[in-house]
Amino acid sequence: MNGAGIIKGMIETARNLAGSYHDKERLTTVQYPEETLPPVENARTIPFLVYDGGDAAAGLRCTACTICEKECPPQCIYIVKDMAKKPDYLGKMQLHPKVFDIDIAVCMSCGICVEVCPFDAIKMDQVFELSTDDRFGGLLWGIKQLAKPNEYFQKLHRTEASEIDARREQDRRKTQAAAAAKAAVPAPAANLPPPANKGAAA
Amino acid sequence: MSRLDQIFVLTGHWLAGWAPAALRPLASAVLAIACIMAVFATCFALTTLAERKLLGRMQNRFGPNRVGPCGLFQPVADGVKMLIKEDIVPFSADKTLHFLAPIVLTVPIWLAFAVLPFGRNMTAIDLDGGILFFFAIGSASELAVFMAGWSSQNKYSVVGAMRAIAQMISYEVPLVLSTVPVLMLAGSLSLNDIVAAQGTYAFGWLARWNVFTPWGLAGLFLFLIAATAESNRSPFDLPEGESEIIAGYLTEYSGFKYALFFLGEYVGLFAGAGLGVTLFLGGWHAPVKGLEWAPSWLWFGVKFAALIFLFIWARATLPRLRLDQLLNFAWRFMVPLSLVNLLVAAAWYWTGAWPFGGAAPIRWVLCAGLFIFPYHWLGRALRGPLPPPRKYSYAE
Amino acid sequence: MMASHSLTAAEEAAGGQQLLEVSMGPQHPSTHGVFRMDVTLDGETVVRLKPVFGYLHRNHEKIAEKCSYLGSIPYTDRLDYICSLTNNWAYALTVEKLAGLAAPERAEYIRVILAELTRLINHSCLAGFLLQDMGAAGTPLMYAFREREKILDLFESLTGARMMCDYMRFGGCRCDLPPGWIEQARSVAAHYPAFLDEFEALLTDNEIVRARTEGVGVLGAQLAVNAGITGPMLRASGVNYDIRKVDKYGVYGRFDFRVPLGERGDTFDRYMIRILEMRESLKILQQALRDIPEGPIMDPKARLRNLRPKPGEAYARIEGPKGELGFYVISDGGSNPYRYRIRPPSLINLTILEDLCLGQTIADAVVILGSVDIVLGEVDR
Repeated sequence: MNGAGIIKGMIETARNLAGSYHDKERLTTVQYPEETLPPVENARTIPFLVYDGGDAAAGLRCTACTICEKECPPQCIYIVKDMAKKPDYLGKMQLHPKVFDIDIAVCMSCGICVEVCPFDAIKMDQVFELSTDDRFGGLLWGIKQLAKPNEYFQKLHRTEASEIDARREQDRRKTQAAAAAKAAVPAPAANLPPPANKGAAA
Repeated sequence: MSRLDQIFVLTGHWLAGWAPAALRPLASAVLAIACIMAVFATCFALTTLAERKLLGRMQNRFGPNRVGPCGLFQPVADGVKMLIKEDIVPFSADKTLHFLAPIVLTVPIWLAFAVLPFGRNMTAIDLDGGILFFFAIGSASELAVFMAGWSSQNKYSVVGAMRAIAQMISYEVPLVLSTVPVLMLAGSLSLNDIVAAQGTYAFGWLARWNVFTPWGLAGLFLFLIAATAESNRSPFDLPEGESEIIAGYLTEYSGFKYALFFLGEYVGLFAGAGLGVTLFLGGWHAPVKGLEWAPSWLWFGVKFAALIFLFIWARATLPRLRLDQLLNFAWRFMVPLSLVNLLVAAAWYWTGAWPFGGAAPIRWVLCAGLFIFPYHWLGRALRGPLPPPRKYSYAE
Repeated sequence: MMASHSLTAAEEAAGGQQLLEVSMGPQHPSTHGVFRMDVTLDGETVVRLKPVFGYLHRNHEKIAEKCSYLGSIPYTDRLDYICSLTNNWAYALTVEKLAGLAAPERAEYIRVILAELTRLINHSCLAGFLLQDMGAAGTPLMYAFREREKILDLFESLTGARMMCDYMRFGGCRCDLPPGWIEQARSVAAHYPAFLDEFEALLTDNEIVRARTEGVGVLGAQLAVNAGITGPMLRASGVNYDIRKVDKYGVYGRFDFRVPLGERGDTFDRYMIRILEMRESLKILQQALRDIPEGPIMDPKARLRNLRPKPGEAYARIEGPKGELGFYVISDGGSNPYRYRIRPPSLINLTILEDLCLGQTIADAVVILGSVDIVLGEVDR
């Protein structure tokens, strides 16, 4: 019958109209900013630097190895190393960054910097309300804007943060145990000849 | 006749009473004009909002709901936006025609409202040839479309204007022909007489609207399709086909002139819907005898709103017809069907004289059959020979 | 408008000088991106059509010569930006061929699941946009997008991003499925057939849709094969060529699905084939979600940084939602490719646009372009 297809189509539209008044499925709008979608654990927008403890300068995990700078596809990371070494969470002396700039207008949220970082120092943030009216420096973020505490990281990516924290805790205990074991060994006597393999160890 | 029903008439008389006796007819005419323009301009604002909200709901989203409660001030915001836009006229355009086109579109359309009966005793001008006046004036606004396209000196505009004219002229014929059965059976060209002829009640309670007869149902169906096409609405909005030639004859208009075109189109739609209510849906009469206590203008408004909803619903669902399909549809389907409808109306009239009880279902079957067979054959002829049903094979 | 080209045969036949040259685009609501068509019209009929593209050229192939192999993966997301995961897979396959890596079984299943979800997204988008071009005021588009949102939510919870997923790696996948993902994917796949039924009720029998698409833009099988057309466009013309069945890459050989073939090759067939393909994709999804094994998701030989494949060349292709997407990579032993070339299905499918549109009206040209299913990111790279 001519026109039957059109009638079927109109019934379909009417069903959606009626459904939009009582069925959540038929009115899927989330009216931002009054309503927001629940955050997704894996979501990624721009990177941020993680620091432990309360002091961003002292607890920053980043050791300025510049691997993320090399691997970043659009080359939006700019690092200048600070040659004065500082101890990290295991007590080892590490470099740290004097300047760590990310141009978040260029960043393409790929997350490769996070994947290649050996120190769990850079992670993906989920902020997206980043617009600014300063077009000369507003979207060029330095350490002050990028550094966020580990508690923030735990809130964003709970699973990953707990794994990392557990691993770091384990490493710290192992290092402490090794250091304690080494300290327990008695010091050699002062007038014995030096051991034969000292040259090899040096 | 309750006071509520006649409230506009009584208020008008009271206000006109303030004028000196010689000027009283002029004053009451001016009052009627002002009232109609105010009401239908507000209706235009509300319809644009309702269209966006209904379209949104049918598409699983909210319509505008930020400006004012439920988005009620959105038309105000749109109006302000249109007014403050820069009015750009192309350098090589014909300035006089370019300026006059929106005016030539809107003025005749407003004139057409003069003959519609909005309620009991609520016709602005009661002409004996009301419907003739309506169609004559309505057709005058088609000239504006061509003026707009031609004066813009733009390839797209000219193409769009020619398409629009072809469409509008083609659909005038079924528009008028579908109303002829009404005129034949009411025996008058005056809209008030046509409404009065639908004022009696069958079985004591059901109103004798024209739509409750086979020819009236078919006539309303044809009339609504033709009115959609006259007003360049989807599925007949090829002249403004956004996807192909930008905005057709409206391309070079900006700011308030564009708003006037927009207004003219919607007001044309309202005029068409108003005429449809008057001719087929019983004007300002209530559907059942028990509901007569409601004011007549309220009944007119309810039926009018129902027709507008139908137009919006069709827009949300149907894609656009191509120009040649559109014109074929008008000349090879709608015009013959309108002529067949005349025969159906004649058959209904003559079988009305059958005295035996139980005649009504037989009349319905006879008249409906007289309409449905040509509908089927014409549709088949329009589509061409039906290609064999498509088979989709599957490879493993 | 210049008229300095010599007239083609069609233009001569149409009477030479009374022709209207119209340039549709690059800013145009229906050209699916920045794309221009220089159309020569005789009245309403198209007598010549010249596609002009390049407005979105972003030097992807040259950038890849300067980036490492890993760094090119986010750029492949942005080729056909609607189907980012299949782009990733095609590139990952190529480099895996070059470097001699193989993804473990769980990774292969995850790849198939994501590729079929991407196919669903792409075909929904196409159906919605085709109807939008026909003037349906966006209603089918909104319904298609409503379903697409559910799949994008799946992608976000797995890969972290809705569209630019950057998920495949050489030798496997970037990260494992979070808990509850498989159940969510199963429920999305279970609700999809209801949406397809609604969509078909709205459109497939609609007389206006049929009138606009039947007999429009007929593509013969011989011309399609000669022009190198692939994907649903080829299958709508009746040619049985689906790379998932021909190459059986990944673990496609294990799934039971059919390849729908059209009969007449017109726009309606191209639209219907995509709807039928969506139903077949749902079958594959159900089987994959049921059979996915546990295990590692990365080849143990694979390395993230400093991947230096031995000198050589490799070409790998997949059945992307738009057609055969292939990557041709030449390695000279260094950490960047020597040459990186993409076979974009949208571009190859676009080369016969003129043949499809000759003799049709300009309104049909828009509908035909919509049924070819192009994305300018892929056409221009």
